[in-house]
Amino acid sequence: MPREGILVNNPIERLSGEQVRQIHDASIEILDDPGLLCFNKNAAEIFQSHGAAVTSVSGSDTPCWTVKIPEKLVTDALEKAPKTVTLGARNPDNALVMKGDEAKVFFITGSETNMWLDVDFPTYVNKSDPKKEIKIPEFKPRRGMVADLCDSAHVCEHLETVDGYIRTVNIQDKDITEDNKDVNKFFACLNNTTKHVMSGLTTLSQLDNVVKMAEMIAGGPDKLKENPLISFITCLVKSPLQFVDDTTETFMEVCKRGLPIVVSSSPQAGTSAPIKEAGIMAQINAEVLAGITLGQLVNEGTPVLYGSVPVRARMDTLGDSYGSIETSQYNIDCVQMARFYKLPNYSTSGVSDIKIPGQQSSIERLFSDIVVALSGPQFLHCAFGLLDCNSVFCLLQAVLDDAHFQMIKFFLKSPRINEQELETVKKQIREAVVTPQKMFINYIRPVMRSGEISPPYPFEGDGDSDDVFALANERLQELRAKSVEHIDPDTTARIFREIPGLLPRLNVYKGDK
Amino acid sequence: MSEDILNQLKENVIQGRKTRDDMGIDETLSGTPGVLELTESALRNNISPEAIIKQALTPGMDVVGEKFSTKEYFIPDMLASADAVGAAMDILKPLLEESKVETKGKFVIATVKGDIHDIGKNIVAILLKGAGYQVNDIGIDVPEDKIINTVREEQPDYLGLSALLTTTMTEMDVVIKALKENNLRDKVKVLIGGAAVSDDYAKEIGADAYCTDGFQAIKLLEEFKAA
Repeated sequence: MPREGILVNNPIERLSGEQVRQIHDASIEILDDPGLLCFNKNAAEIFQSHGAAVTSVSGSDTPCWTVKIPEKLVTDALEKAPKTVTLGARNPDNALVMKGDEAKVFFITGSETNMWLDVDFPTYVNKSDPKKEIKIPEFKPRRGMVADLCDSAHVCEHLETVDGYIRTVNIQDKDITEDNKDVNKFFACLNNTTKHVMSGLTTLSQLDNVVKMAEMIAGGPDKLKENPLISFITCLVKSPLQFVDDTTETFMEVCKRGLPIVVSSSPQAGTSAPIKEAGIMAQINAEVLAGITLGQLVNEGTPVLYGSVPVRARMDTLGDSYGSIETSQYNIDCVQMARFYKLPNYSTSGVSDIKIPGQQSSIERLFSDIVVALSGPQFLHCAFGLLDCNSVFCLLQAVLDDAHFQMIKFFLKSPRINEQELETVKKQIREAVVTPQKMFINYIRPVMRSGEISPPYPFEGDGDSDDVFALANERLQELRAKSVEHIDPDTTARIFREIPGLLPRLNVYKGDK
Repeated sequence: MSEDILNQLKENVIQGRKTRDDMGIDETLSGTPGVLELTESALRNNISPEAIIKQALTPGMDVVGEKFSTKEYFIPDMLASADAVGAAMDILKPLLEESKVETKGKFVIATVKGDIHDIGKNIVAILLKGAGYQVNDIGIDVPEDKIINTVREEQPDYLGLSALLTTTMTEMDVVIKALKENNLRDKVKVLIGGAAVSDDYAKEIGADAYCTDGFQAIKLLEEFKAA
């Protein structure tokens, strides 16, 4: 049985049906005029061969074409794209089945940060009263390593609310090269979590090695098709409206192999997209539709997710502001657009603008996590542990985020109100009001044991002090100490034999044989 | 046989099952005798009230306390057990008086005049009763003269006053002054509790102690006894 996800009753929808249609029409018009600039020759040829108006752009430093995509190509592609996408898992019980017309939410980590944040708890002594000591967390950023990626996958395997795993940290060890990065990052993830693994590719040359590795783990090419335990994400369209050469090529090659892929676009309202909501929505929708269309032209039936990572620009720096309220609004709008097309959405929430865990981080991430989750996006790339606008990953923050998602999951439980329930409580009310104490405490216990009562915040202190970080850190150490089910020794040996470039230190059995 | 009954009694205290209709934590016990039925059964089998208390009720509550401190049990569990023990004590009370076995003490508790909030007061009463105290809960919105009369007539060891509101907490001061005027203040220890009051307020009005909750009340009473 795959993971259930959470069904969202009455999802938040900001757009009226008419507004959804207006955005769709505007996107279709944009795809024809001005169309997209395409820096990938193969993609331009594919569009041209299917009836798009393609013209070479003169005077460009690099070869590029204007591609004007007719509405018919887009609507045909939307019909052909699967409405249900299955993301498999090493443990099939962790598979995710995403239906585009259903308002559901699965919580998945993301994205790839360069920096890893270590946490220490040094003790500080009060100058005026040296007997008073307190421990304050100190956060130390450093470059991410492959051991960190293993650590992160390991902990996320045990975080209850994590439904799937997007590699969280860019591996920058000295012995990691462009050629061996992909195989090592996929292996590090797959070997430390039995949940679904999604990642981007560093180099197209390693796609087949990554797929071969996944086939070995799944039990063969057909088994991987049945249980696609890996998927890919590509930003093939750079905003505004440009097919990038290398990521477009990667996207098409993944599509040819029939593995699930996210068509992701990340425009920034104010710089790479209009600042107005209508503008960024019309543009991001056009960009994603262009990618979906290309995917279906390359390989009809390729499972795709409508990937949206819209963000508003900060007014002080023109950098990304994931913490801005508009960013959540855009994401919810995208969820609605994806559902209009009956395609599962890959949406974004929970990224904080600040570099370290703390109050700002909690407030920003919890706000967007709640509202975007309540829109029912299906795949919620909910930024477990991400800080500083996707630049920093902190496992302590991921543990804190897990507590947030437990609250949201609980909140999303369907109300249990029916005739039988009401009969039971009417009886309780009649019984309790005639007792001297007039209390209902006697009825709490069975409800409490059945899990119907939300648990307290897991990191609450004694009421007088804020011990959240220290308690979350204790939890993190507990999770680290729990074992994970690695890939079996024979498959591991075969992977290390047949896949070039894997770092020997990632072989957990190397001392056994 | 006796040992069996006492073991079952202890287990049902731990389960918080007052009667056979109550659900405990172990669902397989559903429909089997609870603390009340087992207490009656123990008496029918000539087990002494003292043995019932010392070998079943008290050790059962000790286990409940341990489970509460390790967060395996929560307040509703604790109250269910305390309520069951309190009901057993009601059965045993006349027998204990007959045999002149000393109880832990008599405790009168009230929510003061003007205040009708009683959740905390009720919980404290149940816990105290479960801990072996003889509790007389005289209710909510209780005027000073009724409290004074009860203290005079029943001569309790302890008086518990509860108030939730800042507008009613001053009534506690009135009661303590009235106790003094009636020469009763040195005959009873006064404990106050409720959201509106504090340790400082207890000192200010001359109460013997402020309790944050029922558990602290039990702890304080043990300390008074030991002192």
